[in-house]
Amino acid sequence: MIEEKFDAIVIGAGMAGNAAAYTMASRGLNVLQLERGEYPGSKNVQGGILYADMLEKIIPDFREEAPLERHLIEQRFWMMTDRSHTGMQYRSDDFNEEKPNRYTIIRSQFDRWFNKQVQAQGAIVISETTVTELVSDAYGKVIGVRTDRSGGTVFADVVVLAEGVNGLLGARAGLRPTPKAEHVALAVKEMHFLPRETLEARFNLHGDEGVVIEAAGTISKGMTGMGFVYTNKESISVGFGCLVSDFAENEETPYGMLENFKKHPSIAPLIEGSEVKEYAAHLIPEGGFNTIPELFGDGWVVVGDAAQLNNAIHREGSNLAMTSGRLAGEAIFQVKSRRDPMTKQNLALYKKFLDDSFVMKDLKKYKDMPALLHTQAQNFFLTYPTLVSKAMENFLRVDGTPKIEKEKASVRAFREKRSLTGLFGDAWRLARAWR
Amino acid sequence: MSTQAARVEEKLFQNRYLVDQGKPHIVVQPHTTPSKNLVAMTKICPAGCYEQNASGQVEITPDGCLECGTCRVLCEPAGDIVWNYPRGGYGVLFKFG
Repeated sequence: MIEEKFDAIVIGAGMAGNAAAYTMASRGLNVLQLERGEYPGSKNVQGGILYADMLEKIIPDFREEAPLERHLIEQRFWMMTDRSHTGMQYRSDDFNEEKPNRYTIIRSQFDRWFNKQVQAQGAIVISETTVTELVSDAYGKVIGVRTDRSGGTVFADVVVLAEGVNGLLGARAGLRPTPKAEHVALAVKEMHFLPRETLEARFNLHGDEGVVIEAAGTISKGMTGMGFVYTNKESISVGFGCLVSDFAENEETPYGMLENFKKHPSIAPLIEGSEVKEYAAHLIPEGGFNTIPELFGDGWVVVGDAAQLNNAIHREGSNLAMTSGRLAGEAIFQVKSRRDPMTKQNLALYKKFLDDSFVMKDLKKYKDMPALLHTQAQNFFLTYPTLVSKAMENFLRVDGTPKIEKEKASVRAFREKRSLTGLFGDAWRLARAWR
Repeated sequence: MSTQAARVEEKLFQNRYLVDQGKPHIVVQPHTTPSKNLVAMTKICPAGCYEQNASGQVEITPDGCLECGTCRVLCEPAGDIVWNYPRGGYGVLFKFG
């Protein structure tokens, strides 16, 4: 395919791959980036929310050109039962700032733009090329990759594995295990199109303002999962996700769960009359800190979803991907500029950068959350939402019952369903995992 | 075809694909009795690619595959399936993603 040897090969053109390729190419490294899609972005799926800070550290003036949908001024958390939701809502005009903090994006369009910036920095990008194998030397050091193009072996000093949640190459080379079913969630999503004015009226928005709704409760039928509604310029991303291990033990289909969510009386009016133009599915790493694999070795580093770098509690993935890609790129650049070889020992610099960043600090903070939510799914996703909904209804419905009796009934319901020990135990475990 | 399968087919109809004819990227290994996880795929696969035939074996038609990797996670480690990415440029072509 290509005769020359590169300083670095980046596998994949998602958030992590683009961040790594951009960082290295802009510092003068000779970079080859390989992408299996028709164009960079065509295989990439996300909700999706972009966090400005992490992209600013790579491309400071991205707002001038990047295809952004809406800046978010409002967040709604909904705890749902089949017929109700109890919500917590935060909306602030302070989010209408000169440099907004969060945006909705459409990944295929955004990634295509991001990759154009990578190419402008001098990286060579080849699409429609699936990498089939890592090539190692006799000592086990990764020295290149084999692709599905004829004569497709290319060599480099270092390979950046930005291959996404289904990182086949790393798994096949024995660099990390295949994720377990309880450590990944399957999310399905539809793109619902509506005229701009209709969408803005329904969500109480002006101009490019946007809203996010994230919902959990009986909609996941006792499984660990959640639904979401994100507003784009002229479309709404509606999705639903659950742990794969939970799906495997239930008779539910992902599209059945999505349909159920869309029919919920709190959701249906928001998407009524829309035209669906795409249906997508994607896995999300949910295992957190305890499932992060080996991140570097002789001649390779792994970044983004392939490394399980995802904060399930804050629903942050792409910013951890971008940051890990950028830090890997910086580490490789530093090793290279010292004219040192890309050995495991030298590439440990990437891990050091990552440990010092918010990525590892955040993941470490929540290291016990995934296990807690997964083992207590029934309580957190069925029992509590139902109890809260009942208590709210009890509080609001005026029917002549004295208030003291209403309060007692609500408290009694909690104690009956979960017992005092259970309640305090859950609160204690939640607080500890959150700390 | 069940109504559920019909419903997912309707969804897949919105998508763009370039199918690599005769070269399925996912293959179910020959079996007489399918494993629990393989049977589960007939429900979990978000594209409804897995179906159980009349004699009880699970079969796959990956033309509508969304390349999510759910079956890889559930069935590949035990050797029920062989999972690869489609050849470069083939498979699902997301317009929005």
